[in-house]
Amino acid sequence: MHSESPGIRNPAPDASSTAQAMDAEEHRRFMRRRLERIGKWCLPLAVLVFTVWFWDRLVVVNEIPHYILPGPSLVWETLAADFWLLLEALKVTLQITLLALAVAVIGGVGLAVLFTQSRLFEMSLFPYAVVLQVTPIISIAPLIFIYVDNKIVGLLICAWIVAFFPILSNTTLGLNSTDHNLRDLFRIYGASRWQRLKHLQIPTALPYFLGGLRIAGGLALIGAVVAEYVAGTGGIGSGLAFTILEAGYRLQIPRMFAALLLIAATGVLIFVSLSLFSHLLLRKWHESALKKE
Amino acid sequence: MSVVPPMDKRPELLSVKQLGKTFNGEVEALRGMNLTVNSGDFVSLLGPSGCGKSTVLRMIAGLMEPTTGRIGWQGEHGSGSIGVVFQEPTLMPWASVEKNVWLPFRLAGQSLKSARPRIREALGLVGLEEFSDSYPRELSGGMKMRVSIARALATNPRVILMDEPFAALDEITRFKLNHDLLELKSKIGCTILFVTHSVFESVFLSDRIAVMTARPGRVLTEITVGEPYPRDDDFRTSSSYAAYCRVTSESLQQSMLEAA
Ligand SMILES: Nc1ncnc2c1ncn2[C@@H]1O[C@H](COP(=O)(O)OP(=O)(O)O)[C@@H](O)[C@H]1O
Ligand SMILES: [Mg+2]
Repeated sequence: MHSESPGIRNPAPDASSTAQAMDAEEHRRFMRRRLERIGKWCLPLAVLVFTVWFWDRLVVVNEIPHYILPGPSLVWETLAADFWLLLEALKVTLQITLLALAVAVIGGVGLAVLFTQSRLFEMSLFPYAVVLQVTPIISIAPLIFIYVDNKIVGLLICAWIVAFFPILSNTTLGLNSTDHNLRDLFRIYGASRWQRLKHLQIPTALPYFLGGLRIAGGLALIGAVVAEYVAGTGGIGSGLAFTILEAGYRLQIPRMFAALLLIAATGVLIFVSLSLFSHLLLRKWHESALKKE
Repeated sequence: MSVVPPMDKRPELLSVKQLGKTFNGEVEALRGMNLTVNSGDFVSLLGPSGCGKSTVLRMIAGLMEPTTGRIGWQGEHGSGSIGVVFQEPTLMPWASVEKNVWLPFRLAGQSLKSARPRIREALGLVGLEEFSDSYPRELSGGMKMRVSIARALATNPRVILMDEPFAALDEITRFKLNHDLLELKSKIGCTILFVTHSVFESVFLSDRIAVMTARPGRVLTEITVGEPYPRDDDFRTSSSYAAYCRVTSESLQQSMLEAA
Protein backbone atom coordinates (compact mmCIF):
# COMPACT_ATOMS: atom_id res chain seq x y z
CA MET A 1 0.00 0.00 0.00
CA HIS A 2 2.95 2.25 0.63
CA SER A 3 4.88 1.04 -2.40
CA GLU A 4 4.80 4.48 -3.98
CA SER A 5 5.89 6.27 -0.80
CA PRO A 6 9.50 7.38 -0.76
CA GLY A 7 11.92 5.34 1.27
CA ILE A 8 9.68 2.36 1.95
CA ARG A 9 10.72 -1.10 0.86
CA ASN A 10 9.46 -4.51 1.90
CA PRO A 11 12.37 -6.92 2.09
CA ALA A 12 11.43 -10.57 1.69
CA PRO A 13 12.31 -12.42 4.90
CA ASP A 14 14.77 -15.29 4.74
CA ALA A 15 12.67 -17.50 6.97
CA SER A 16 14.20 -20.98 6.72
CA SER A 17 17.73 -20.28 7.94
CA THR A 18 16.68 -18.25 10.96
CA ALA A 19 14.16 -20.91 11.96
CA GLN A 20 16.85 -23.60 11.89
CA ALA A 21 19.21 -21.50 13.96
CA MET A 22 16.45 -20.96 16.49
CA ASP A 23 15.79 -24.70 16.70
CA ALA A 24 19.38 -25.63 17.47
CA GLU A 25 19.63 -22.86 20.03
CA GLU A 26 16.32 -23.89 21.58
CA HIS A 27 17.41 -27.50 21.80
CA ARG A 28 20.67 -26.62 23.50
CA ARG A 29 18.85 -24.52 26.04
CA PHE A 30 16.35 -27.31 26.71
CA MET A 31 19.14 -29.81 27.30
CA ARG A 32 20.92 -27.47 29.66
CA ARG A 33 17.74 -26.94 31.67
CA ARG A 34 17.15 -30.66 31.95
CA LEU A 35 20.71 -31.28 33.03
CA GLU A 36 20.40 -28.62 35.67
CA ARG A 37 17.20 -30.11 37.00
CA ILE A 38 18.72 -33.56 37.31
CA GLY A 39 21.94 -32.18 38.77
CA LYS A 40 20.11 -30.26 41.44
CA TRP A 41 18.98 -33.51 43.04
CA CYS A 42 21.60 -36.02 41.94
CA LEU A 43 24.79 -34.16 42.79
CA PRO A 44 24.07 -33.58 46.49
CA LEU A 45 22.86 -37.17 46.72
CA ALA A 46 26.07 -38.43 45.15
CA VAL A 47 28.11 -36.37 47.60
CA LEU A 48 26.11 -37.87 50.47
CA VAL A 49 26.59 -41.43 49.27
CA PHE A 50 30.30 -40.89 48.76
CA THR A 51 30.76 -39.27 52.19
CA VAL A 52 28.96 -42.09 53.98
CA TRP A 53 30.96 -44.67 52.07
CA PHE A 54 34.23 -42.87 52.79
CA TRP A 55 33.32 -42.54 56.48
CA ASP A 56 32.55 -46.26 56.64
CA ARG A 57 35.82 -47.22 54.92
CA LEU A 58 37.79 -44.91 57.19
CA VAL A 59 36.38 -46.58 60.27
CA VAL A 60 36.69 -50.15 58.99
CA VAL A 61 40.12 -49.95 57.38
CA ASN A 62 41.75 -48.09 60.27
CA GLU A 63 39.88 -50.17 62.83
CA ILE A 64 38.84 -47.04 64.71
CA PRO A 65 37.10 -48.00 67.96
CA HIS A 66 33.46 -46.99 68.17
CA TYR A 67 34.00 -44.79 71.24
CA ILE A 68 36.19 -42.55 69.09
CA LEU A 69 34.40 -42.60 65.76
CA PRO A 70 31.42 -44.87 65.19
CA GLY A 71 30.73 -46.02 61.66
CA PRO A 72 27.60 -44.88 59.85
CA SER A 73 25.87 -48.21 60.32
CA LEU A 74 26.40 -48.07 64.07
CA VAL A 75 25.01 -44.54 64.22
CA TRP A 76 22.00 -45.71 62.29
CA GLU A 77 21.50 -48.68 64.63
CA THR A 78 21.76 -46.40 67.66
CA LEU A 79 19.25 -44.06 66.15
CA ALA A 80 16.84 -46.98 65.80
CA ALA A 81 17.59 -48.49 69.22
CA ASP A 82 17.38 -45.19 71.15
CA PHE A 83 14.55 -43.92 69.02
CA TRP A 84 12.04 -43.35 71.82
CA LEU A 85 14.52 -41.75 74.12
CA LEU A 86 15.74 -39.45 71.34
CA LEU A 87 12.21 -38.67 70.26
CA GLU A 88 11.34 -37.47 73.76
CA ALA A 89 14.36 -35.18 73.71
CA LEU A 90 13.55 -33.98 70.23
CA LYS A 91 10.03 -33.13 71.36
CA VAL A 92 11.38 -30.90 74.12
CA THR A 93 13.83 -29.09 71.85
CA LEU A 94 11.26 -28.67 69.12
CA GLN A 95 8.70 -27.36 71.57
CA ILE A 96 11.05 -24.70 72.87
CA THR A 97 12.15 -23.76 69.36
CA LEU A 98 8.64 -23.35 68.01
CA LEU A 99 7.37 -21.54 71.07
CA ALA A 100 10.32 -19.16 70.96
CA LEU A 101 9.73 -18.60 67.25
CA ALA A 102 6.07 -17.82 67.89
CA VAL A 103 6.93 -15.32 70.62
CA ALA A 104 9.64 -13.86 68.38
CA VAL A 105 7.07 -13.34 65.63
CA ILE A 106 4.64 -11.64 67.97
CA GLY A 107 7.33 -9.54 69.62
CA GLY A 108 9.24 -8.75 66.44
CA VAL A 109 6.23 -7.80 64.37
CA GLY A 110 4.60 -5.93 67.25
CA LEU A 111 7.73 -3.88 67.90
CA ALA A 112 8.20 -3.23 64.17
CA VAL A 113 4.65 -1.89 63.89
CA LEU A 114 5.20 0.30 66.95
CA PHE A 115 8.46 1.56 65.45
CA THR A 116 6.81 2.65 62.23
CA GLN A 117 3.95 4.30 64.06
CA SER A 118 6.16 6.30 66.37
CA ARG A 119 9.59 7.55 65.48
CA LEU A 120 10.18 8.39 69.14
CA PHE A 121 9.60 4.80 70.12
CA GLU A 122 12.02 3.57 67.50
CA MET A 123 14.71 6.04 68.51
CA SER A 124 14.49 5.01 72.15
CA LEU A 125 14.31 1.23 71.72
CA PHE A 126 16.11 0.24 68.54
CA PRO A 127 19.65 0.57 70.00
CA TYR A 128 18.75 -1.91 72.72
CA ALA A 129 17.40 -4.38 70.22
CA VAL A 130 20.77 -4.18 68.49
CA VAL A 131 22.66 -4.60 71.76
CA LEU A 132 20.59 -7.67 72.54
CA GLN A 133 21.35 -9.03 69.10
CA VAL A 134 25.12 -8.49 69.07
CA THR A 135 25.76 -9.84 72.56
CA PRO A 136 26.48 -13.58 72.17
CA ILE A 137 23.68 -15.62 73.67
CA ILE A 138 26.17 -17.98 75.26
CA SER A 139 27.33 -15.12 77.50
CA ILE A 140 23.83 -13.97 78.46
CA ALA A 141 22.39 -17.42 79.10
CA PRO A 142 24.14 -18.16 82.44
CA LEU A 143 22.75 -14.92 83.85
CA ILE A 144 19.27 -15.75 82.69
CA PHE A 145 19.42 -19.13 84.41
CA ILE A 146 20.43 -17.45 87.64
CA TYR A 147 17.37 -15.23 87.70
CA VAL A 148 14.80 -17.47 86.06
CA ASP A 149 13.94 -20.52 88.11
CA ASN A 150 11.90 -22.38 85.55
CA LYS A 151 14.29 -24.05 83.14
CA ILE A 152 11.84 -24.14 80.25
CA VAL A 153 11.13 -20.44 80.61
CA GLY A 154 14.87 -19.72 80.69
CA LEU A 155 15.44 -21.71 77.51
CA LEU A 156 12.53 -19.95 75.90
CA ILE A 157 13.95 -16.53 76.71
CA CYS A 158 17.33 -17.44 75.26
CA ALA A 159 15.86 -18.82 72.05
CA TRP A 160 13.64 -15.76 71.77
CA ILE A 161 16.53 -13.30 72.14
CA VAL A 162 18.34 -14.93 69.23
CA ALA A 163 15.31 -15.32 67.01
CA PHE A 164 13.48 -12.07 67.32
CA PHE A 165 15.97 -9.61 65.83
CA PRO A 166 15.85 -10.74 62.18
CA ILE A 167 12.06 -10.57 62.36
CA LEU A 168 12.12 -7.11 63.91
CA SER A 169 14.65 -5.64 61.53
CA ASN A 170 13.24 -7.22 58.38
CA THR A 171 9.67 -6.28 59.22
CA THR A 172 10.68 -2.71 60.05
CA LEU A 173 12.48 -2.47 56.74
CA GLY A 174 9.44 -3.86 54.93
CA LEU A 175 6.97 -1.53 56.61
CA ASN A 176 9.14 1.40 55.53
CA SER A 177 9.58 0.19 51.94
CA THR A 178 6.20 1.20 50.56
CA ASP A 179 6.05 2.64 47.06
CA HIS A 180 6.02 6.43 47.33
CA ASN A 181 3.41 6.85 44.62
CA LEU A 182 1.11 4.41 46.38
CA ARG A 183 1.68 6.35 49.56
CA ASP A 184 0.60 9.53 47.78
CA LEU A 185 -2.43 7.76 46.38
CA PHE A 186 -3.47 6.67 49.86
CA ARG A 187 -3.15 10.25 51.03
CA ILE A 188 -5.19 11.59 48.13
CA TYR A 189 -7.98 9.16 48.96
CA GLY A 190 -7.87 10.24 52.59
CA ALA A 191 -6.69 6.93 54.07
CA SER A 192 -6.36 6.77 57.83
CA ARG A 193 -3.16 5.64 59.55
CA TRP A 194 -4.72 2.29 60.26
CA GLN A 195 -5.87 1.85 56.65
CA ARG A 196 -2.41 2.69 55.40
CA LEU A 197 -0.89 0.16 57.76
CA LYS A 198 -3.36 -2.57 56.88
CA HIS A 199 -3.71 -2.13 53.14
CA LEU A 200 -0.30 -0.79 52.19
CA GLN A 201 2.44 -1.30 54.76
CA ILE A 202 1.64 -4.81 55.92
CA PRO A 203 1.29 -6.31 52.43
CA THR A 204 4.51 -4.57 51.39
CA ALA A 205 6.29 -5.91 54.45
CA LEU A 206 5.08 -9.51 54.04
CA PRO A 207 7.96 -10.77 51.85
CA TYR A 208 10.50 -9.05 54.10
CA PHE A 209 8.89 -10.56 57.18
CA LEU A 210 8.92 -14.03 55.65
CA GLY A 211 12.60 -13.66 54.81
CA GLY A 212 13.24 -12.77 58.45
CA LEU A 213 11.11 -15.67 59.61
CA ARG A 214 13.20 -18.18 57.69
CA ILE A 215 16.36 -16.92 59.33
CA ALA A 216 14.67 -16.76 62.74
CA GLY A 217 13.52 -20.40 62.48
CA GLY A 218 17.10 -21.64 62.28
CA LEU A 219 18.27 -19.20 64.94
CA ALA A 220 15.55 -20.25 67.37
CA LEU A 221 16.82 -23.83 67.17
CA ILE A 222 20.40 -22.68 67.70
CA GLY A 223 19.28 -20.54 70.64
CA ALA A 224 17.39 -23.43 72.21
CA VAL A 225 20.33 -25.83 71.82
CA VAL A 226 22.95 -23.39 73.08
CA ALA A 227 20.86 -22.42 76.07
CA GLU A 228 20.40 -26.05 76.96
CA TYR A 229 24.13 -26.61 76.94
CA VAL A 230 24.44 -23.75 79.40
CA ALA A 231 21.51 -24.85 81.56
CA GLY A 232 23.05 -28.29 81.68
CA THR A 233 20.81 -29.91 84.29
CA GLY A 234 19.26 -33.20 83.36
CA GLY A 235 16.19 -35.03 84.51
CA ILE A 236 12.74 -34.97 83.05
CA GLY A 237 12.18 -32.67 80.12
CA SER A 238 15.69 -32.53 78.71
CA GLY A 239 16.20 -31.80 75.04
CA LEU A 240 18.61 -33.04 72.41
CA ALA A 241 21.48 -30.84 73.53
CA PHE A 242 21.44 -32.35 76.98
CA THR A 243 21.27 -35.81 75.46
CA ILE A 244 24.47 -35.03 73.59
CA LEU A 245 26.17 -33.74 76.73
CA GLU A 246 25.11 -36.71 78.79
CA ALA A 247 26.12 -39.21 76.12
CA GLY A 248 29.49 -37.49 75.97
CA TYR A 249 30.08 -37.96 79.68
CA ARG A 250 29.28 -41.64 79.30
CA LEU A 251 31.36 -42.02 76.16
CA GLN A 252 28.32 -43.14 74.20
CA ILE A 253 29.69 -41.56 71.06
CA PRO A 254 27.19 -43.25 68.66
CA ARG A 255 24.32 -41.68 70.58
CA MET A 256 25.99 -38.28 70.31
CA PHE A 257 26.08 -38.71 66.55
CA ALA A 258 22.49 -39.87 66.43
CA ALA A 259 21.31 -36.85 68.42
CA LEU A 260 23.42 -34.54 66.26
CA LEU A 261 21.84 -36.03 63.18
CA LEU A 262 18.40 -35.33 64.61
CA ILE A 263 19.24 -31.71 65.37
CA ALA A 264 20.51 -31.16 61.85
CA ALA A 265 17.43 -32.85 60.40
CA THR A 266 15.20 -30.66 62.57
CA GLY A 267 16.97 -27.52 61.35
CA VAL A 268 16.51 -28.56 57.74
CA LEU A 269 12.87 -29.42 58.37
CA ILE A 270 12.20 -26.02 59.95
CA PHE A 271 13.87 -24.23 57.06
CA VAL A 272 12.03 -26.23 54.43
CA SER A 273 8.62 -25.78 56.05
CA LEU A 274 9.10 -22.05 56.47
CA SER A 275 10.25 -21.76 52.86
CA LEU A 276 7.19 -23.64 51.75
CA PHE A 277 4.96 -21.47 53.90
CA SER A 278 6.56 -18.37 52.42
CA HIS A 279 6.14 -19.70 48.89
CA LEU A 280 2.45 -20.45 49.45
CA LEU A 281 1.80 -16.93 50.71
CA LEU A 282 3.70 -15.17 47.94
CA ARG A 283 3.27 -17.39 44.93
CA LYS A 284 0.54 -15.29 43.38
CA TRP A 285 2.43 -12.04 43.15
CA HIS A 286 5.94 -11.82 44.49
CA GLU A 287 8.99 -12.04 42.24
CA SER A 288 10.77 -14.44 44.56
CA ALA A 289 7.99 -17.01 44.29
CA LEU A 290 7.38 -16.82 40.55
CA LYS A 291 8.47 -19.67 38.35
CA LYS A 292 11.25 -18.67 36.02
CA GLU A 293 10.13 -18.92 32.44
CA MET B 1 -22.68 9.65 25.51
CA SER B 2 -22.29 12.72 27.60
CA VAL B 3 -22.06 16.00 25.80
CA VAL B 4 -19.38 18.44 26.81
CA PRO B 5 -20.37 22.05 26.07
CA PRO B 6 -18.11 24.16 23.86
CA MET B 7 -15.04 25.53 25.54
CA ASP B 8 -16.31 29.04 26.20
CA LYS B 9 -19.47 27.74 27.89
CA ARG B 10 -17.86 25.43 30.41
CA PRO B 11 -18.12 26.35 34.09
CA GLU B 12 -14.89 26.99 35.95
CA LEU B 13 -13.71 24.11 38.11
CA LEU B 14 -10.27 24.96 39.34
CA SER B 15 -8.12 28.05 39.33
CA VAL B 16 -4.46 28.30 40.13
CA LYS B 17 -3.45 31.87 40.99
CA GLN B 18 0.06 33.28 41.31
CA LEU B 19 1.29 29.92 42.51
CA GLY B 20 4.86 29.72 43.75
CA LYS B 21 6.85 26.91 45.31
CA THR B 22 10.33 27.00 46.77
CA PHE B 23 11.86 23.80 48.13
CA ASN B 24 13.94 24.04 51.30
CA GLY B 25 14.22 27.78 50.83
CA GLU B 26 16.56 27.40 47.87
CA VAL B 27 15.17 25.55 44.85
CA GLU B 28 12.51 27.75 43.30
CA ALA B 29 10.40 25.36 41.24
CA LEU B 30 7.47 27.65 40.40
CA ARG B 31 6.89 31.39 40.36
CA GLY B 32 3.65 33.20 39.59
CA MET B 33 1.90 30.35 37.83
CA ASN B 34 -1.67 30.92 36.65
CA LEU B 35 -4.01 28.34 35.18
CA THR B 36 -7.73 27.82 34.95
CA VAL B 37 -9.34 24.46 34.32
CA ASN B 38 -13.00 24.35 33.37
CA SER B 39 -15.33 21.42 33.81
CA GLY B 40 -15.00 19.13 30.81
CA ASP B 41 -11.62 20.47 29.66
CA PHE B 42 -8.72 18.45 28.46
CA VAL B 43 -5.80 20.67 29.43
CA SER B 44 -2.17 19.74 28.89
CA LEU B 45 0.73 21.19 30.83
CA LEU B 46 3.67 21.17 28.47
CA GLY B 47 7.19 22.05 29.49
CA PRO B 48 10.78 20.87 29.64
CA SER B 49 11.55 18.38 32.35
CA GLY B 50 12.33 19.93 35.71
CA CYS B 51 10.11 22.96 35.09
CA GLY B 52 7.76 22.12 37.94
CA LYS B 53 4.89 20.27 36.21
CA SER B 54 4.74 17.48 38.76
CA THR B 55 5.02 20.03 41.53
CA VAL B 56 1.89 21.83 40.29
CA LEU B 57 0.03 18.55 40.08
CA ARG B 58 1.08 17.51 43.58
CA MET B 59 -0.16 20.81 44.97
CA ILE B 60 -3.45 20.51 43.14
CA ALA B 61 -3.80 16.98 44.54
CA GLY B 62 -3.27 18.39 48.02
CA LEU B 63 -0.05 16.47 48.61
CA MET B 64 1.96 19.63 49.12
CA GLU B 65 1.32 23.19 50.25
CA PRO B 66 2.15 26.10 47.92
CA THR B 67 4.73 28.61 49.16
CA THR B 68 2.81 31.51 47.64
CA GLY B 69 -0.44 31.92 45.76
CA ARG B 70 -3.48 29.71 46.00
CA ILE B 71 -5.49 26.93 44.42
CA GLY B 72 -9.22 27.48 44.37
CA TRP B 73 -11.94 24.92 43.71
CA GLN B 74 -15.49 25.76 42.69
CA GLY B 75 -18.13 23.87 44.63
CA GLU B 76 -17.73 21.01 47.04
CA HIS B 77 -14.36 19.35 47.15
CA GLY B 78 -13.50 16.21 49.09
CA SER B 79 -11.26 13.17 49.07
CA GLY B 80 -13.08 11.41 46.22
CA SER B 81 -12.87 14.47 43.97
CA ILE B 82 -9.52 13.75 42.40
CA GLY B 83 -8.23 10.82 40.42
CA VAL B 84 -4.52 10.48 39.77
CA VAL B 85 -2.47 8.57 37.23
CA PHE B 86 1.29 8.58 37.70
CA GLN B 87 4.03 7.83 35.22
CA GLU B 88 4.26 4.33 36.67
CA PRO B 89 1.06 2.28 36.89
CA THR B 90 1.41 2.27 40.71
CA LEU B 91 -0.65 -0.86 41.26
CA MET B 92 -0.51 -3.00 44.37
CA PRO B 93 1.25 -6.18 43.17
CA TRP B 94 -0.41 -8.31 45.84
CA ALA B 95 -3.93 -7.44 44.74
CA SER B 96 -5.89 -8.54 41.69
CA VAL B 97 -6.94 -5.99 39.08
CA GLU B 98 -10.40 -5.76 40.57
CA LYS B 99 -9.07 -5.18 44.06
CA ASN B 100 -6.70 -2.54 42.78
CA VAL B 101 -9.59 -0.61 41.27
CA TRP B 102 -11.50 -1.18 44.50
CA LEU B 103 -8.87 0.77 46.47
CA PRO B 104 -10.50 4.25 46.45
CA PHE B 105 -13.86 2.73 47.41
CA ARG B 106 -12.28 0.55 50.05
CA LEU B 107 -10.54 3.51 51.65
CA ALA B 108 -13.90 5.28 51.69
CA GLY B 109 -15.34 2.33 53.60
CA GLN B 110 -17.20 0.65 50.75
CA SER B 111 -17.33 -3.14 50.48
CA LEU B 112 -16.13 -4.93 47.37
CA LYS B 113 -19.63 -6.16 46.72
CA SER B 114 -21.24 -2.75 46.74
CA ALA B 115 -18.43 -1.20 44.70
CA ARG B 116 -18.36 -4.00 42.15
CA PRO B 117 -20.75 -2.43 39.60
CA ARG B 118 -18.61 0.72 39.52
CA ILE B 119 -15.42 -1.32 39.26
CA ARG B 120 -16.85 -3.37 36.41
CA GLU B 121 -17.93 -0.25 34.60
CA ALA B 122 -14.53 1.39 34.97
CA LEU B 123 -12.73 -1.74 33.77
CA GLY B 124 -15.16 -1.92 30.86
CA LEU B 125 -14.29 1.63 29.86
CA VAL B 126 -10.61 0.74 29.56
CA GLY B 127 -11.41 -2.59 27.89
CA LEU B 128 -10.20 -4.88 30.66
CA GLU B 129 -13.38 -6.41 32.09
CA GLU B 130 -12.07 -9.93 31.45
CA PHE B 131 -8.96 -9.31 33.50
CA SER B 132 -10.50 -8.49 36.87
CA ASP B 133 -8.98 -11.57 38.50
CA SER B 134 -5.54 -11.20 36.96
CA TYR B 135 -2.58 -9.95 38.94
CA PRO B 136 -0.64 -6.90 37.76
CA ARG B 137 2.43 -8.99 36.91
CA GLU B 138 0.39 -10.89 34.34
CA LEU B 139 -0.39 -7.71 32.41
CA SER B 140 1.65 -5.78 29.86
CA GLY B 141 2.82 -2.23 30.57
CA GLY B 142 -0.03 -0.75 28.56
CA MET B 143 -2.63 -2.88 30.33
CA LYS B 144 -1.29 -1.92 33.74
CA MET B 145 -1.63 1.71 32.74
CA ARG B 146 -5.23 1.04 31.74
CA VAL B 147 -5.94 -0.41 35.17
CA SER B 148 -4.41 2.68 36.70
CA ILE B 149 -6.69 4.85 34.57
CA ALA B 150 -9.70 2.73 35.51
CA ARG B 151 -8.89 3.21 39.19
CA ALA B 152 -8.58 6.97 38.69
CA LEU B 153 -11.92 7.36 36.95
CA ALA B 154 -13.92 4.76 38.89
CA THR B 155 -14.90 7.20 41.64
CA ASN B 156 -16.17 9.64 39.04
CA PRO B 157 -13.78 12.38 40.17
CA ARG B 158 -14.16 16.04 39.29
CA VAL B 159 -10.76 16.05 37.66
CA ILE B 160 -8.26 13.39 36.70
CA LEU B 161 -4.63 14.42 37.10
CA MET B 162 -2.21 12.58 34.84
CA ASP B 163 1.53 12.97 35.22
CA GLU B 164 3.25 11.81 32.02
CA PRO B 165 1.27 8.59 32.16
CA PHE B 166 2.44 7.22 28.82
CA ALA B 167 6.02 8.44 28.85
CA ALA B 168 7.43 5.03 29.74
CA LEU B 169 5.47 3.12 27.07
CA ASP B 170 6.53 2.26 23.55
CA GLU B 171 5.22 4.47 20.79
CA ILE B 172 2.68 2.02 19.39
CA THR B 173 1.12 1.43 22.79
CA ARG B 174 1.23 5.15 23.50
CA PHE B 175 -0.69 5.99 20.31
CA LYS B 176 -3.28 3.38 21.13
CA LEU B 177 -3.70 4.65 24.66
CA ASN B 178 -3.90 8.28 23.44
CA HIS B 179 -6.67 7.24 21.15
CA ASP B 180 -8.52 5.23 23.78
CA LEU B 181 -8.18 8.00 26.32
CA LEU B 182 -9.94 10.43 24.00
CA GLU B 183 -12.67 7.91 23.31
CA LEU B 184 -13.14 7.34 27.01
CA LYS B 185 -13.24 11.06 27.70
CA SER B 186 -15.92 11.63 25.12
CA LYS B 187 -17.95 8.82 26.68
CA ILE B 188 -17.91 10.05 30.26
CA GLY B 189 -17.09 13.71 29.75
CA CYS B 190 -14.50 13.87 32.51
CA THR B 191 -12.08 16.71 33.10
CA ILE B 192 -8.43 15.93 32.56
CA LEU B 193 -5.29 17.82 33.47
CA PHE B 194 -2.49 16.10 31.63
CA VAL B 195 1.23 16.63 32.10
CA THR B 196 3.52 15.82 29.22
CA HIS B 197 6.80 16.88 27.67
CA SER B 198 5.72 15.69 24.23
CA VAL B 199 4.49 18.35 21.81
CA PHE B 200 2.80 15.72 19.63
CA GLU B 201 0.96 14.13 22.48
CA SER B 202 -0.29 17.44 23.83
CA VAL B 203 -1.60 18.54 20.42
CA PHE B 204 -3.32 15.25 19.72
CA LEU B 205 -5.05 15.06 23.08
CA SER B 206 -5.90 18.47 24.44
CA ASP B 207 -8.24 21.25 23.66
CA ARG B 208 -5.94 23.61 25.50
CA ILE B 209 -2.17 23.47 25.95
CA ALA B 210 -0.52 25.51 28.69
CA VAL B 211 3.12 25.95 27.75
CA MET B 212 5.42 26.42 30.74
CA THR B 213 8.75 28.17 31.03
CA ALA B 214 11.85 26.46 32.40
CA ARG B 215 12.39 26.62 36.16
CA PRO B 216 11.05 28.59 37.96
CA GLY B 217 8.05 27.51 35.94
CA ARG B 218 4.92 29.41 35.03
CA VAL B 219 2.48 29.31 32.15
CA LEU B 220 3.75 31.57 29.40
CA THR B 221 1.26 30.90 26.61
CA GLU B 222 -1.91 28.94 26.13
CA ILE B 223 -2.69 27.36 22.80
CA THR B 224 -6.21 26.34 21.94
CA VAL B 225 -6.43 23.33 19.67
CA GLY B 226 -9.66 23.96 17.79
CA GLU B 227 -9.91 20.52 16.21
CA PRO B 228 -13.23 18.95 17.27
CA TYR B 229 -13.43 15.57 18.99
CA PRO B 230 -13.51 12.70 18.24
CA ARG B 231 -10.00 12.84 16.84
CA ASP B 232 -8.52 9.80 15.17
CA ASP B 233 -5.47 8.77 13.20
CA ASP B 234 -6.52 10.96 10.30
CA PHE B 235 -5.92 13.94 12.55
CA ARG B 236 -2.40 12.71 13.26
CA THR B 237 -1.53 12.84 9.60
CA SER B 238 -3.48 16.00 8.75
CA SER B 239 -1.90 19.32 7.87
CA SER B 240 -3.74 21.09 10.67
CA TYR B 241 -2.10 18.70 13.16
CA ALA B 242 1.28 19.58 11.71
CA ALA B 243 0.46 23.26 11.95
CA TYR B 244 -0.59 22.98 15.61
CA CYS B 245 2.57 21.06 16.36
CA ARG B 246 4.68 23.78 14.76
CA VAL B 247 2.97 26.55 16.70
CA THR B 248 3.27 24.62 19.95
CA SER B 249 6.88 23.77 19.29
CA GLU B 250 7.76 27.39 18.58
CA SER B 251 5.95 28.48 21.66
CA LEU B 252 7.87 25.94 23.74
CA GLN B 253 11.15 27.23 22.35
CA GLN B 254 10.06 30.76 23.09
CA SER B 255 9.18 29.84 26.67
CA MET B 256 12.60 28.35 27.24
CA LEU B 257 14.29 31.53 26.03
CA GLU B 258 12.05 33.45 28.38
CA ALA B 259 13.48 31.79 31.44
CA ALA B 260 17.12 32.00 30.40
N1 LIG C 1 10.64 17.35 47.14
C1 LIG C 1 11.51 18.17 46.49
N2 LIG C 1 12.54 18.70 47.15
C2 LIG C 1 13.43 19.51 46.52
N3 LIG C 1 13.35 19.82 45.22
C3 LIG C 1 12.35 19.32 44.50
C4 LIG C 1 11.36 18.44 45.10
N4 LIG C 1 10.47 18.08 44.15
C5 LIG C 1 10.88 18.70 43.02
N5 LIG C 1 11.98 19.43 43.22
C6 LIG C 1 12.68 20.26 42.22
O1 LIG C 1 11.73 21.12 41.64
C7 LIG C 1 11.92 21.20 40.24
C8 LIG C 1 10.66 20.82 39.51
O2 LIG C 1 10.42 19.46 39.68
P1 LIG C 1 9.20 18.68 39.01
O3 LIG C 1 7.95 19.35 39.38
O4 LIG C 1 9.31 17.25 39.37
O5 LIG C 1 9.51 18.89 37.46
P2 LIG C 1 8.82 18.21 36.19
O6 LIG C 1 7.72 17.34 36.67
O7 LIG C 1 8.35 19.35 35.35
O8 LIG C 1 9.90 17.45 35.49
C9 LIG C 1 13.10 20.31 39.90
O9 LIG C 1 14.25 21.11 39.75
C10 LIG C 1 13.23 19.42 41.10
O10 LIG C 1 14.57 19.08 41.31
MG1 LIG D 1 7.55 15.21 36.53
